[in-house]
Amino acid sequence: MSSGKFDFAMAIGGEAGQGIATPGDILARVFVRRGLHLYTYNAYQSIIRGGHIFLTIRVGEEEVQNHGDKLDLLLCLNQDTADRHVNLMGPGSSVVFNGDRIKVNDAQEGVQLCALPISHLTGGSRNRLIQNTVAVGSIMYMLGLDFQILEDSLKLRFARHGQAVVDENVKFAKAGYDYAIENFKPFEHPTPVGEKPLAVWSGNDAVAMGGAAAGVKFYAAYPMSPSTGVLHWMAAHARALDIMVRQVEDEIGVANMTIGAAHTGCRAMCATSGGGFALMTEAIGSAGMMEIPVVFIDVMRAGPSTGVPTKSEQGDLWQILGASQGDFERIIVAPLDALDAFNTMPELFNLVDKAQCPGIVISDLVIGEGRFSVDPDAINMQPVIDRGDIITEHSATNGYKRYLNTDSGISPRALPGLEGYTHVVATDEHDEDSILISDEFTHPHKRRMMVEKRARKFRNVTGMVPAPELEGPTDADVTIIGWGSTYGVIKEAIDQLAERGVTANHLPIKWIVPFKGDEIAEIVTSAKKTIMVENNYSGQFHRYMRSETGLSVDGHVRKYDGEPFMPHHVTDGIMEILSGATDIYVPYQEVIV
Amino acid sequence: MTTVVDIASGKPARKLTARDFRGPVNPDWCPGCGDFGVLNSIQRACAEQGLQPHEIMVISGIGCSSNLPGYVNTYGMHTLHGRALAVATGAKMGNHEMNIIVTTGDGDGYGIGGNHFVHTARRNVDLTMVVMNNQIYGLTTGQISPTSTEGMKTKSTPFGSVEPPVNPITSSIMNGATFVARAYSGDIRHMTEVIIKGMQHKGFSLIDVFSPCVTFNKDNTHPFFKTRVKKLEEEGHDSSDWKAACEKAMVWGDVIYTGVFLQREAPTLDGLEPVLREGGPLGFRSLGITKEQSDKIIVRMM
Repeated sequence: MSSGKFDFAMAIGGEAGQGIATPGDILARVFVRRGLHLYTYNAYQSIIRGGHIFLTIRVGEEEVQNHGDKLDLLLCLNQDTADRHVNLMGPGSSVVFNGDRIKVNDAQEGVQLCALPISHLTGGSRNRLIQNTVAVGSIMYMLGLDFQILEDSLKLRFARHGQAVVDENVKFAKAGYDYAIENFKPFEHPTPVGEKPLAVWSGNDAVAMGGAAAGVKFYAAYPMSPSTGVLHWMAAHARALDIMVRQVEDEIGVANMTIGAAHTGCRAMCATSGGGFALMTEAIGSAGMMEIPVVFIDVMRAGPSTGVPTKSEQGDLWQILGASQGDFERIIVAPLDALDAFNTMPELFNLVDKAQCPGIVISDLVIGEGRFSVDPDAINMQPVIDRGDIITEHSATNGYKRYLNTDSGISPRALPGLEGYTHVVATDEHDEDSILISDEFTHPHKRRMMVEKRARKFRNVTGMVPAPELEGPTDADVTIIGWGSTYGVIKEAIDQLAERGVTANHLPIKWIVPFKGDEIAEIVTSAKKTIMVENNYSGQFHRYMRSETGLSVDGHVRKYDGEPFMPHHVTDGIMEILSGATDIYVPYQEVIV
Repeated sequence: MTTVVDIASGKPARKLTARDFRGPVNPDWCPGCGDFGVLNSIQRACAEQGLQPHEIMVISGIGCSSNLPGYVNTYGMHTLHGRALAVATGAKMGNHEMNIIVTTGDGDGYGIGGNHFVHTARRNVDLTMVVMNNQIYGLTTGQISPTSTEGMKTKSTPFGSVEPPVNPITSSIMNGATFVARAYSGDIRHMTEVIIKGMQHKGFSLIDVFSPCVTFNKDNTHPFFKTRVKKLEEEGHDSSDWKAACEKAMVWGDVIYTGVFLQREAPTLDGLEPVLREGGPLGFRSLGITKEQSDKIIVRMM
């Protein structure tokens, strides 16, 4: 984010059960209604009560796509939060806390300590969560915002809980606001107003909405962090949108049920995380063999195995590339942010319908659970729908062959239930008539024909997918290569590098299969210096790119501590690598969450 | 296979016979396999109910018995090992107007697919699960299955199995199945009657069929069953009596019961699903959402 523009970050820390989400949501909505851009990142743990939760909300006049490098405001809901994070607060920042219960030590000089006398201000209210409302009131004043804005938000937020709850919250928010007028110094730059009100969504919301817009009629899932948000969105909107949503006994059932629904003509999808995806893999191959279009979503978390369920990593790439036995055609795409994820869904559904194959979306916790502001006019809920070569009407046609060996490899797909088209789809190898050629009718020539037929479908798909484009000057000092969710953080690092006198450009890669190897190779070979940024240990994407292009890169920035990159992590890494100090830079995670 | 339906009138040119439900190729089962009888009964059951091939989808997993969809002239899916019920649930939800028959075996249905067996029964998905139970793994050349009896000697249990078998009848009753029956493939007439009842039942129907493996199971043979099977109908069994059904299901010895153990009415999954109340099969509906619908969603995000 360029200097001079409003760029403000605040964090709320406490333990699970202290109601961090509510003030976070109230403030986030205040900002987006004002037309400000925002990204929120919630660092949490696999725990229902206790532990440490740390929600970062970053707001700006320009687009915000990561949680940034610094905090301007810290709201401590417990002592642990103060102990962990006050030392990270720099001059000009403020720390807000319940002065009755929390002691703040070790603050740097120039940090404003805003102790709220909560029990005095709330008259000894027994509502444990009311301290959050008081604090939000104070913060509104410090941000230079009118109390009326907060009052309106509180009314909206608590209306369903009844007037008494609304009144209580407004009253104590006002107490916090008034106390701040008398006792706290507001921030130097009051919160500006943006061009027009924005909306807010998570990447999981965006994926679900993209599916709904694409015409998904069947969604199945087994709850798994951090993908569960997709299920929650789908379940909440199922009735209004005529989407069937099923919670299934395991991810094996999820994948197979989704395939069953897809075969009958529904656009169908399911989301999970790495462990659930592992269970789905055999089914993914079966969709490839039966030529059923269906979409699987892996919202990655830190592995291996159960791993760190609430932390992020780009660690499933090779699992996804290798998902299911045998050679088969599938499309794999890693969207770059929430809006991109939304737009990717209809695009992917059109592709899998045309190619009659499975498609896989790679998201992760950073995109999936991160909340992004979005221009409501940018959300196209009526995208182009192209179902490819599909038969939906009865016909007198006899001798229908489901797997007709065509020049394109695409065989017209008749939906079950139509007269005149009875056929079997099989996971065993089969011929054009779908007669099994895995046993009595085994025939090497037919087998070869079917392998080639399925493979031929994919030649067209490669042409339907755009090549990645280099962002920034072509003659830059360094080309930074990333994939998926690192898009926003690399983009910002490039601005920071410019301030340090380094020109950088960015090659963000989204389409993993089909892989635009020739185009990528051309960009990589003409770059002065190339550095790959990945949220994993072993450089999974680097190994993939090398296998597809034969090309390596000059340096790597890798992070695998569970926390997402901050922009300066990338910037520092690039500077270190350019200085020749190292080839692989692993940033130090300052915020301990 | 030709469909003998007059497309112009939409009516069958004539009433179909079991022959019309023959698939494009002959089964490759061992001569004498019990599965031939099951295939025959399914074809007869479809014809006798006056169904058309396109109104039916036969879905299987993997194993000898799961090759069946290829031998019957209907829609079919030959899915993964153990997954037929999961796929079939999705297919039924996608097109709830179709008659779904799941053809599976004891390994496919009760072993690797055991989890789906439990949950498909409890959901009361309106489909008919026909299990060709031969108490052995045949396609893998003879190992114990979940229904193999204790002491059975196979290639994987050369000294005799030490595990007790699953009882598919009591299991499915406990899992919440609303139609639970057993048939013997040596009695095609009775088996056909049971399959017709199962297909006409609204809800999850389990039909466990003794379908002897003539190659690998030398214990549970036609002679073994012929002398033991006894029809529940002839015993005056009341299939609405849950307790009697459980008692009859526990009998295994000189007498083994066939017929309908339990039948009860309960709402089906597709019947309970609000999305399916109107609008026809989900798979044939037009896609996309209206501007009015999407505006409502976006407003809530602001």
